[in-house]
Amino acid sequence: MISPTVFFVAIVSSMLINNVVLMRFLGICPFLGVSKRTESALGMSLAVMFVMVVSSILTYIIYYYILAPLDITFISTIAFILVIASLVQLVELFIKKISKKLYKGLGIYLPLIVTNCAILGVVEINIAQGYPEDYGLFNGLWVATTSAFGAALGFALIMFAFSSIRERLEAAEVPAAWQGVPVSLVVAGIMALAFLGLGGIV
Amino acid sequence: MAEKTKKNPMKKKKQQLGQLANFTKGIIRENPIFVFLLGMCPALAVTATLETGVGMGILVIFVLTASNIVVSLIKNFIPDEIRIPSYIVIIATFVTIVGMLTQAYAYALYQSLGIFIPLIVVNCLIMGRATAYASKNDVKSSIIDGLGMGVGFLAALALIGITRELFATGAIAYGVYLPLPFEGSIINTSMYLFNMNVFVGPAGGFIVIGIWLAIFNARGNYLKKKKEVERQAWIEEKKKEAAERKRKKAMEKAGEAA
Repeated sequence: MISPTVFFVAIVSSMLINNVVLMRFLGICPFLGVSKRTESALGMSLAVMFVMVVSSILTYIIYYYILAPLDITFISTIAFILVIASLVQLVELFIKKISKKLYKGLGIYLPLIVTNCAILGVVEINIAQGYPEDYGLFNGLWVATTSAFGAALGFALIMFAFSSIRERLEAAEVPAAWQGVPVSLVVAGIMALAFLGLGGIV
Repeated sequence: MAEKTKKNPMKKKKQQLGQLANFTKGIIRENPIFVFLLGMCPALAVTATLETGVGMGILVIFVLTASNIVVSLIKNFIPDEIRIPSYIVIIATFVTIVGMLTQAYAYALYQSLGIFIPLIVVNCLIMGRATAYASKNDVKSSIIDGLGMGVGFLAALALIGITRELFATGAIAYGVYLPLPFEGSIINTSMYLFNMNVFVGPAGGFIVIGIWLAIFNARGNYLKKKKEVERQAWIEEKKKEAAERKRKKAMEKAGEAA
């Protein structure tokens, strides 16, 4: 059995130390595109969280139980992106069926998630970590899922913080050339500097 | 018949000019990174040095052009409902090919780009050109559009890479990641200004892109202002001319009446 510390370390390291957005540069498009208002940022983060966790479970199973035994791991990228695209379609249909309200909230973000590099990136990183070597084939699945969940939490945290800052930036007096994206990028850079300080925790 | 032969060369020349503009538009006026903010993830992640940025740019040029060709070839056969998934599969196929080629012929580049080679699949630039351009135009212009946009992407990555590498190490190295037959570095300075480690890290990436964007914005604002001033001067001149004409006409009328 794996000790609980492994899960704790996996969550902290993928959420704070190797933060998806600020340390690994994944998911910059939604980070800049959907962060103008806190509400939409939270909606996007929720949708990303769900798709990220489920797709990391599915791709782990596909990679280690289908592709690796057949020795065709070179098509993993094609397989993963297909899994993510079809999963997003399924989730969209499912949410539409069970709750109209939730669909209204999350619906517009779901198609965007297919080309969100955070999802494919986290999935690829999970596979590249090689969890089965450390924890065994089946237990590795739980570690991979935990770290995907941690990454999604980190994404949500950064989206929330960044969108709150941007809402205040709109009221600030910014020189004409810096308005909009340039000043947001510099803000993101300062946030990344702050996250560098968390490097030694684990 | 005579008219037709007269017209044709003119038309051809115009078309060639159109293709040239189609190529150059991606480099400055519609630059994917600095104007449209497409493909920002690789622009931040692989530009710690000039060479990794250029390597990424070359891979993207290849994938973008190839996927544009295939998408514009089969645009009439794909039903509208499965357009996006089929484009993704086409792009993913080329990315797999490119990844294998890089692993075989440029292993250092493969190592340093790492996860960002498979992530070319979700580069918004490639998907965006496939849906916005290649699915509506013929093969030839799609190729030119892909090449132009790819070169614009490469130029932007190279610009960011040069800035970051220069301020981080004080030199621009060549032959380390790309499989070049020679190796070394240019612009070797030993000033303290060019030894800031922060530019290698994530924070430097964000700040450098922010500064470049602000510089381009400032230039755009300046040009807009200049144009506006010129337009105002033109309007004033036209107004004056019209007033002059009116005065002359009135004088003529007065002369006639007298």
